[in-house]
Amino acid sequence: MIYLDYNATTPLRTEVLEAMLPYFQMHFGNPSSVHWAGRQAKHGVEEARERIAEFLHCRPAEVLFTSGGTESNNLALTGVHNAIRSKGSHIITTAIEHSSILEPLEALATEGASVTILPVTGDGRVRAEDLVAALRPETVLVSISPANHEIGTIQPIAALSRIARERGICFHIDAVQATGKMPLDVTSLGVDLLSLSAHKISGPKGVGALYVRRGTALTPLLRGGPQEREKRAGTENVAAIVGFGVAATLAAQELEATAAHCCQLTQQLCEGIVQRVPGAFLNSPTHQRLPNTLNVGFSDATGEGLMMGLDLAGIAVSTGSACAAGSLEPSHVLLALGRNAEEAKSALRFSVGRETTTQEIDRVLEVLPQVVERVRRAARKNEE
Amino acid sequence: MKMTTTQSSVLSPQSSPRPQRVLAALSGGVDSAVAAALLVEAGYEVIAISMLLAGNAEGHDGGCCSIDDFQDARRVAEQLNIPYYVLNLKDTFRSKVIDVFTDEYLRGRTPNPCLLCNRDLKFDLLWQRARELDAHYVATGHYAQVEYDHEHQQYHLLRAVDQRKDQSYFLFTLSQAQLARTLFPVGHLTKDEVREKARTLGLRVAEKPESQDICFVPDGNYARFIEQRVTAAQRARLTSGAIVDQDGQHLGSHDGIHQFTVGQRRGLGLGGLPEPQYVTSIDADRGRITVGTKSQLMTRGLTASGVSWVEGFPTQEVTATVKIRYRHPAIPSRIVARPNGQAEVWFQESYPAVTPGQAAVFYDGERVLGGGWIEKAL
Repeated sequence: MIYLDYNATTPLRTEVLEAMLPYFQMHFGNPSSVHWAGRQAKHGVEEARERIAEFLHCRPAEVLFTSGGTESNNLALTGVHNAIRSKGSHIITTAIEHSSILEPLEALATEGASVTILPVTGDGRVRAEDLVAALRPETVLVSISPANHEIGTIQPIAALSRIARERGICFHIDAVQATGKMPLDVTSLGVDLLSLSAHKISGPKGVGALYVRRGTALTPLLRGGPQEREKRAGTENVAAIVGFGVAATLAAQELEATAAHCCQLTQQLCEGIVQRVPGAFLNSPTHQRLPNTLNVGFSDATGEGLMMGLDLAGIAVSTGSACAAGSLEPSHVLLALGRNAEEAKSALRFSVGRETTTQEIDRVLEVLPQVVERVRRAARKNEE
Repeated sequence: MKMTTTQSSVLSPQSSPRPQRVLAALSGGVDSAVAAALLVEAGYEVIAISMLLAGNAEGHDGGCCSIDDFQDARRVAEQLNIPYYVLNLKDTFRSKVIDVFTDEYLRGRTPNPCLLCNRDLKFDLLWQRARELDAHYVATGHYAQVEYDHEHQQYHLLRAVDQRKDQSYFLFTLSQAQLARTLFPVGHLTKDEVREKARTLGLRVAEKPESQDICFVPDGNYARFIEQRVTAAQRARLTSGAIVDQDGQHLGSHDGIHQFTVGQRRGLGLGGLPEPQYVTSIDADRGRITVGTKSQLMTRGLTASGVSWVEGFPTQEVTATVKIRYRHPAIPSRIVARPNGQAEVWFQESYPAVTPGQAAVFYDGERVLGGGWIEKAL
């Protein structure tokens, strides 16, 4: 079995699992309890917070734990909007964001916020001049992902955030796919809010974090307790938080090695596809791309058919982001790049990771040409 | 006619180094589950597919395509240890089935969405996926049978062994090339045998009740469904109009032609007439419902369009029996095939309630000869 869908999720690392296990039975306490059991659990949570703070180069008090990337994004957008809507409510984002950004913004738009969606270049890049042109006196928030989940395009976040922050506008980044794949330093990035998820970096599912720069106004989504400095009520997912902390530390330590490993694999894959599969075209950019992500279209084929054909050969890839899988809708990200619906539906996303091997890529390059040819033949037959 | 059956090949795929691959549609019901199970038992390599057609996989209860149905289908696939995929066909289903369904009602016709779906969506898509995945056959849980006639070197589409469950009516559009690649593994079983098989295998859908009604109108109220779906431009067609007798005399009024079908007796609101009244025709352009007595509902035959012939275009007049609705008995008839997919069907004895929009399906005994879409009564 070959797994090339690391952008959907990653296998939990043994070190992470071992760090988590004591927190299920031995240190089972509620971190809010004052007694010994509570203190043990509290220790785990706070140590993890320090690890995440170190990972982002921020203060521990600026890290809120959440249930994952989706909650972090919802909390950032809705929380900032609700906290400062008296000052105006114009929010700027891009056409290629994850649905956990776009859908909360759609909801805020029905509640009176106005939302501007920036276009991107054919490479998926946001242009600074487009951001400048979209700014209004009542703009309160800009949200741009530093690395796209489907095609891997890296944005010039520092340049973009400067434009916003010079004008006192809050800047949020959805760093869920960037985590562990590129350095994330909140100071050099110049951001006020940053979303993270544990399971994209070999941590457990169901836990994430939101970095909130000190002094940023944020209204909670979940109320009912003093946890996370009253920004996120609810008993902490202690074991998962502990695992998240360890995963972040490991990811930081191995950042460069993993990036180099992934970069080599995606290059091997890309070159192999170009050589062996006629009519393949790259949707990912050629430079400033996440080292592990490669999105390729195959003319006259459906990504869904290709994905199923590869799956039956034991190879897991994705047609888009996992959340949109099973849908025949063309990816909104690829459409925003200027691809037509047919091109967009022909795409496969390959995302590799720490455990992927050269031999696995070789095997994929053996199977893929046959699968593509078969799907194309089926499509031709259907038109007859 | 001497026939050599290859239906038994359902239970014994040609022995080859690699098992033959079959794409099996799973609805979440017991029939398709047992169909897939029989194929697995027979040694095929089975790939299961569910099609998300209507509603959405969250919410939307009742009808098909509910989250429960997909969960049932997934569990069956897990039990059979076969790969399982859900295909999202909501957009295609909307344009090829639901929109056509609505338009047909607005034209005063009574469509059959299952037939539209089989003809324009379900099978085409399954065959395309089958070719993509290198699968030789497509299999469904329909109650019907395919046989190969060696003498005439052609496939026959036959009624199911269980006459009460027979679904061959819904399959008349299948061509020879399509039949060659289609398996109906439960067609030779009765419903009771299918349930028994499901129990024996411990399939969780063994006792699941049958789905009723139209899958995208789970409450069965399709008049309201149409009212909610029509565009502003179409809405004019839903307004009230007159109910008249055979001579055009005004008898009453109605509030939308989409609430009526030929042969309908209820909901006319006509009291005080000596005989029960039935809808005999619907004039969409004038918004007019014409009613008549039982004898005025009788017709001598029908014309059909879009006619397809399972075993080839007949060179002479055909003597056959004809079903004009799924649940109706087959009527002894003569069929005159015309070019351009037209046909005239003459009933041996007059028969009530020929309904434009439904299918007329032609049988020779157990064999489906073909069928077409009813245009008008003769």
